Amino acid sequence: MQALVAEGVDTIFGYPGGAIMPVFDALYDYDKHLNHILTRHEQGATHAAQGYARVSGKVGVCLVTSGPAATNAITGISDAMLDSTPLVVITGQVSAGLLGSDAFQEIDVVGITQPITKWAYQIRRPEDIAWAVARAFYIARSGRPGPVVLDFAKNAQIQEVEFDYKPCTFIRSYLPVPEVNPTQIELAASIINQAKKPFALVGQGVVLSNAETELKAFLEKADIPAAWTLLGASAMSSDFPLNKGFLGMHGNVGPNMKTNECDVLIAIGMRFDDRVTGDLKTYAKQAKIIHLDIDAAEIGKNVIPDAPVLGSAKETLPAITVKLNTAKHMEWIASFEEYEKLEFEKVIQREVHPESGAITMGEVIHKVSEATFNNAVVVTDVGQNQMLAARYSKYSQTRSLITSGGLGTMGFGIPAAIGAKMGAPERTVCMFSGDGGFQMTIQELGTIMQEQIGVKMIILNNHFLGMVRQWQEMFFDERYSFTEMQNPDFIAIAKAYRIDGTEVHMRDELDAAIADMLKDDKPYLLVVNVEKKGMVFPMVPAGATVTNILLGD
Amino acid sequence: MENTLYTITVFSENTVGLLGQITIIFTRRALNIETLSVSPSAIKGIHKFTITLFTTEDIVRKVVQQIDKRIDILKAYYNTDEGLIFQEIALYKVATDKLIENGSVEDLIRKYHIRILEMNNDFVVLQKAGHYQETQDLFDELSESVGVLQFIRSGRVAITKSKVERLSDMLEGIQEKFGKNN
Repeated sequence: MQALVAEGVDTIFGYPGGAIMPVFDALYDYDKHLNHILTRHEQGATHAAQGYARVSGKVGVCLVTSGPAATNAITGISDAMLDSTPLVVITGQVSAGLLGSDAFQEIDVVGITQPITKWAYQIRRPEDIAWAVARAFYIARSGRPGPVVLDFAKNAQIQEVEFDYKPCTFIRSYLPVPEVNPTQIELAASIINQAKKPFALVGQGVVLSNAETELKAFLEKADIPAAWTLLGASAMSSDFPLNKGFLGMHGNVGPNMKTNECDVLIAIGMRFDDRVTGDLKTYAKQAKIIHLDIDAAEIGKNVIPDAPVLGSAKETLPAITVKLNTAKHMEWIASFEEYEKLEFEKVIQREVHPESGAITMGEVIHKVSEATFNNAVVVTDVGQNQMLAARYSKYSQTRSLITSGGLGTMGFGIPAAIGAKMGAPERTVCMFSGDGGFQMTIQELGTIMQEQIGVKMIILNNHFLGMVRQWQEMFFDERYSFTEMQNPDFIAIAKAYRIDGTEVHMRDELDAAIADMLKDDKPYLLVVNVEKKGMVFPMVPAGATVTNILLGD
Repeated sequence: MENTLYTITVFSENTVGLLGQITIIFTRRALNIETLSVSPSAIKGIHKFTITLFTTEDIVRKVVQQIDKRIDILKAYYNTDEGLIFQEIALYKVATDKLIENGSVEDLIRKYHIRILEMNNDFVVLQKAGHYQETQDLFDELSESVGVLQFIRSGRVAITKSKVERLSDMLEGIQEKFGKNN
C-alpha cells in the first residue's frame, strides 16, 4: 500500500479473492489515499485501468486474486500490450511454499503473462516488495509503455518487513528512451527538405510522448499533410488544416491513396500495422520512408525505412524541425481535396446525412459529437461502431479516442468508459458500442451503478454482429453464419441497474434523446435502433493494396 | 529465400524465467532452435545464451530485436559462421571389445583427435570437439564399424572474431553515463 501511494496511485480497479485478501485488508485502512473501484469481473478491471491510463497518461492499476482472476485479466493485459498502455496488474498467488503443487487457485501467472507483458515478476519474499513495485511502475510508464504483472505470493503479503521505498529510475539492461542520434536527424531532415510531396503518418507515439505541440510545429514548418492511425486519433485536432484524416482499412480515401503517391513518407510513433498498410509488397514503394519510433524493435519490422530515427517523438520531432527549411506544398495538399469530395459524395453524405430510411450509425455518432461540441472523450467497443466512431467523431483535444486497436477486444467499451471517466472526471465520456460487444461486459453496469460513474453509453443496435455480417456479405456470399442476434430489452436491464435510458427508433426522436442523455452528469444508456445492414465504407479489403479502396457504390 | 545457419548471442541478467522469455519469441514465429547453450559469462551475474537456427537474415534480425527488447536482456546480436570461432563437443560410448576387435584404435584417435575419457571392461567413452560435421563424421564411422551405444552432442559455443566481448564496452558506457551501480 505504501509503495502504491509512493508511486502516486490514487485509483485502483480490482476484485478481491482468497490469495489477495491480506492486500485488500490493508486497503481497508487506505481508503483516504486509494480509491478502489470494485468491478464485476477481472477483465472489466483491466479494461477500466486501460481507459484510465489512456485518458490520463498515468499508470492504470489492477488488483485481483490468483487463478481464475489472473486468467480473466489476460484479455486486458494483452490489449494493453498491443496498444502500449501502462498498466500494473497485481495478482494474488498462493504462498511460496505451495508454488508448483497445483494448490487451490494456483496458476503459473508469470509463465502465462510473459508473452503479453513488458515485464512479469513473482514476489515471493516481503523484502522484494518495494523493489519490485518501484521497478514495475518504472517499466510500465517509461519508454514505450506497456503492462507489467506482479504475481504476489500470499506469504509475502503477510510477513512484516522494514519499509524502505526508493523509486526506480535505472535498470542497466533496459534503455527506455534511446538517445537521439544527430546523424539520423540530419538524414531525415535532408530527405524532408528535398521532398515535393511529403506525407506524415501520426501514431499513438505522439500522444504517449506528449509531443502534440511538437508535431504541429513540425508539420507546419515544412507544410506537411498528415493522417492518423486509429490510436493516433486526436493527436491532431480535427480542424487542424494539415490533418487529412484517418489511415487504413476503414480510413479516408485521400490518406490511403496519397500513401502510394507521396515522395517521402514520415511515420511518427506508429508501427505499420497490417490494418494500416494492407499489402506490404505494394505499400509506398515509390516513397523514401522515414520512421520515428522509440522502440528499436519496430524499426524495419514491417517496413524498412530509408531513414530510421530512434527516440522519443518529444525529442526527435523538434530536433528535425530545427533543421527543416520552411516550405509550402500548396498543390500537393490541394490534391487531397479531390478524394475528400469523392468520399463525401459516395460515402459520407449517405452515412452521416441520410434523408430517408433507417437511422445510420454514422449519423448518430455525428450528432453526439456535435452535441458534445466535439469535446467528449469517445470510447468505443470493437467493430462497425468503432470504425464509424473513429471516422465521424471530431476531436478538439488529445487523448479523446479510447479504443482497442491492436487486440480488437469486443467488450472493451463499458469498462474502458468507466476507467476513462475516472481518469477524466471533468470531461464528458461517450461510449459507442454495438449490441454484441455491449453484452460481453454488460455486468459492468453494476460498477457504474455502485460508483455512480457518469458515462454516456450509446448502443448502435442493428441486431447483428455487424462487422462480421459485413464481411459475410462482401466475402462469404451473404452466408450470414451466426451473426444475427436476438437481444434483450437493454433499457429494462439498465433500469434494473437504476441507470436512466431511452430507446430510439425514429430519426426525429434522435436529437431530443441525445439532449436528454447529455442534460446532466449521470450515467445514461441510449439505445438507437439502426439500419440492420449498415456497412462501413470506405474499405481496403484485408491484405489488399491501400489504393484498392472500396466505396460501396 | 535461402536459409542460413545463424548464431544468436544473448547476454542476460540471471533471473528466473529468462529462457522462457527468449523461447517464446521463437515459438511465435514457429522457428526451430537448432542448438542452445547457456552458461555464466565472463562478467559476474550475467549469463550468456548461444542459440543457433536456420532462417533468413530478415527473420533473424527481427528475432534479435525482439529478444533485445526484453527488460532483463542486456544485449543480443547475431552472426553467421564467418564472424565466429565456434565449437561443439560430442561424447561417444562404444563397447570395449568391439573397439579392440575393430583394429587400430591409434589410427582412429589420430585421425579424429579423440580423447578417451573413460575405459573399462564394458565400454569406452570417447570425446571429440569440433564443428558439427566433424563430430558427425566420427559418429558415422563408429556407427558403421563398432556401433555406438550412446551419443551426445553439446550445443554450440561461439566467440566473435572481434577483439573484446562487446558487452563489456556497452556496460561500461551505461555505468559511466548513469554513474551508478544498480
